[in-house]
Amino acid sequence: MTFEYSPAPESRAVVDIAPHYGLFIDGDFVETIDGTTFKTVNPATEEVLSEITEAGAADVERAVKAARAAYKQTWSKMPGRERAKYLYRIARIIQERSRELAVLETLDNGKPIRESRDVDIPLVAAHFFYHAGWADKIAYAGYGDKPYGVAGQIIPWNFPLLMLAWKVAPALACGNTVVLKPAETTSLTALAFADICRQADLPPGVVNIVTGAGQTGRMVVESPGVDKIAFTGSTEVGKLIQRALAGTRKGLTLELGGKAANIVFDDAPVDEAVEGIVNGIFFNQGHVCCAGSRLLVQESVQDEVLDALKRRLSTLRLGDPLDKNTDIGAIHSAEQRARIDDLVRSGEDEGADRWSAPCSLPDRGFWFAPTLFTGVTQAHRIAREEIFGPVLSVLTFRTPDEAVEKANNTPYGLSAGVWSEKGSRTLWMASRLRAGVIWANTFNRFDPASPFGGYKESGFGREGGRQGLAAYLKQEVV
Amino acid sequence: MTAALAADVAVSNAALRRYLHGLPGVDQVGAEGRAAMLSTRSIKAASKQQAIDLAISMVDLTTLEGMDTPGKVRALCAKALRPDPTDPTTPHVAAVCVYGDMAAIARDAVGDALHVAAVATAFPSGRASLAVKLADTRDAVANGADEIDMVIDRGAFLAGRYLDVYDEIVAIKEACGTAHLKVIFETGELRTYDNVRRASYLAMLAGADFIKTSTGKVSPAATLPVTLILLEAVRDWHRQTGQRIGVKPAGGIRTSKDAIRYLVMVNEVCGEAWLTPDLFRFGASSLLNDLLLQRQRMRTGHYSGPDYVTID
Repeated sequence: MTFEYSPAPESRAVVDIAPHYGLFIDGDFVETIDGTTFKTVNPATEEVLSEITEAGAADVERAVKAARAAYKQTWSKMPGRERAKYLYRIARIIQERSRELAVLETLDNGKPIRESRDVDIPLVAAHFFYHAGWADKIAYAGYGDKPYGVAGQIIPWNFPLLMLAWKVAPALACGNTVVLKPAETTSLTALAFADICRQADLPPGVVNIVTGAGQTGRMVVESPGVDKIAFTGSTEVGKLIQRALAGTRKGLTLELGGKAANIVFDDAPVDEAVEGIVNGIFFNQGHVCCAGSRLLVQESVQDEVLDALKRRLSTLRLGDPLDKNTDIGAIHSAEQRARIDDLVRSGEDEGADRWSAPCSLPDRGFWFAPTLFTGVTQAHRIAREEIFGPVLSVLTFRTPDEAVEKANNTPYGLSAGVWSEKGSRTLWMASRLRAGVIWANTFNRFDPASPFGGYKESGFGREGGRQGLAAYLKQEVV
Repeated sequence: MTAALAADVAVSNAALRRYLHGLPGVDQVGAEGRAAMLSTRSIKAASKQQAIDLAISMVDLTTLEGMDTPGKVRALCAKALRPDPTDPTTPHVAAVCVYGDMAAIARDAVGDALHVAAVATAFPSGRASLAVKLADTRDAVANGADEIDMVIDRGAFLAGRYLDVYDEIVAIKEACGTAHLKVIFETGELRTYDNVRRASYLAMLAGADFIKTSTGKVSPAATLPVTLILLEAVRDWHRQTGQRIGVKPAGGIRTSKDAIRYLVMVNEVCGEAWLTPDLFRFGASSLLNDLLLQRQRMRTGHYSGPDYVTID
């Protein structure tokens, strides 16, 4: 018999989206001075959700000034244990409003509600709780106790509220104030967070949120009043930022792209490895900088693993992101889908074999069926360039040395995964893989206590853990 | 295919051990994560209705107590045949499950309408000689049982005497004649998922028609992750041999919500082919009444109460 799941959509009634949003500066929502507006859409339906402000230069300066004033007058004078109380309060409010935030994230980003509900939002709260614990112990972390001052933070659209938490929580815990620019296509949860700051009675100006696109981001980077820039996004933009900051006194941390290898040995726990491969590249539609986009599978188990993987991909449920049973949501934007299309075409043209999961795509919105390529070599574009979509490139290896060599043969170095029941070999691999995060028999697992960040073109600086505090403390050479 | 495989690997304890220990390992965290993820599926409306009826039709309605009497067994059988007297559209359960000495009474009560399953082989501990276990089995079959739920010798399994466990299953299978054989692992005593996977292959190799988690007498009994390991085993066995083996989680499944989670797992791990009482059963007693309450609620739009379903 067939067992079709009836639609089980999460209710939209818990969110209240305003038709228009201003900027959050100095504790209040204000209208722009010299900016414009743009529309934000639901990528699953192309429905316009709201009108967002694109901040201009005067708006950014106003936000930086507010952050500076708040830093001087209140936040830098406040003892760590008092800052901790605000962080705790924010964490609690996030938990209380978690359903609303999850629905809002799914509407604006296109990710499945199962992920925003079970992964994104719980991790957001966890990051604030974790850093609340650090706020009065900063001096014991080993990176001094001097905050930069005003931190300019620019975050991407793939995990909008989670990336906000990764940036804002440590910055505030260390005693900085913040000017945050969310990605232009996913401003709604950042604006909801602004409301949470007010609800928590956070002193005005400690967190300022200026919405807008790349231009606004550039103004934040170039603002003379900003002491530190933290950026998560593409390697291309990261390089521009580093060039712009060369010769200034500003601090910088970058979390950029990746092309992670997920390495499956012949003694791997196969069923769990298949789950890990799926979670590595199809989690969040592959819009993950640390996605396991290159599967390196030992040649002797290639057929077995690929058979199991294809079978598993055929059971993935693609569709309405608000449906609680959806596994694969919408591609974030038309531009992103065009980029995926382009790279997939290059894979076909260069001779790799494409296989896509059999599933029907909705008529409206942006979608891409889970896809894998076999017969991929290191020379193919799909083995080298970050696709940032639900596309897996499968390569093979014969020996552990070859696995290490191929895994490291990339300009990136953000993450890697090793699947084996042999712990000693996993550790041997981990010490040779040039990647910031190495997962053993799992993938895409995050915890606020565990530092995250990259090598090489994946950036520098760490987020989370004790090490993550260094990004928001000025290292003075004595 | 199975026979050829058995001829290859069941020749000595060493060969059998090599085969079982050569199976891919189970990563505990990953397996539990997968089970937890599947249990977040939200089954509503028509799909819930369908799942409840399917679950009812898969119940092995069970009484396995020292205090069982002919009267109790007859009451159980009446309930099994007509679970909800107020609604004749309610499906009947798959089987009644009793001790061997009650099999004749059960068979008399259900006729050919239901399967009669009897536990045998010195259930639940399995601590008796092979001769006793074989006699126990033959007795149950003679009393009218057409399904035998045997327990494996966990002591032998944990001591690494796999061939002894294998030979015993083969012997019981032969004693069953045409009766179907369910092999109970008592996963709560095997402890590790690796052991559960090895026991699954051992039983399938020896000719089990069904593999079953627990007796219900040991805690923990059936869990979602353990059942996941069993389902993966029968799925892969089918791909390897073309033969479909059934799965029966037993013990600890009490609510409709639990039952639906199991059905989702069957659906997403093994596929639709396994969504039949021929290949999936619930070993349960109190589960049936919760399924009936939910069924009544879906039919009438409101909850009734425990007095609106019959006790058995």
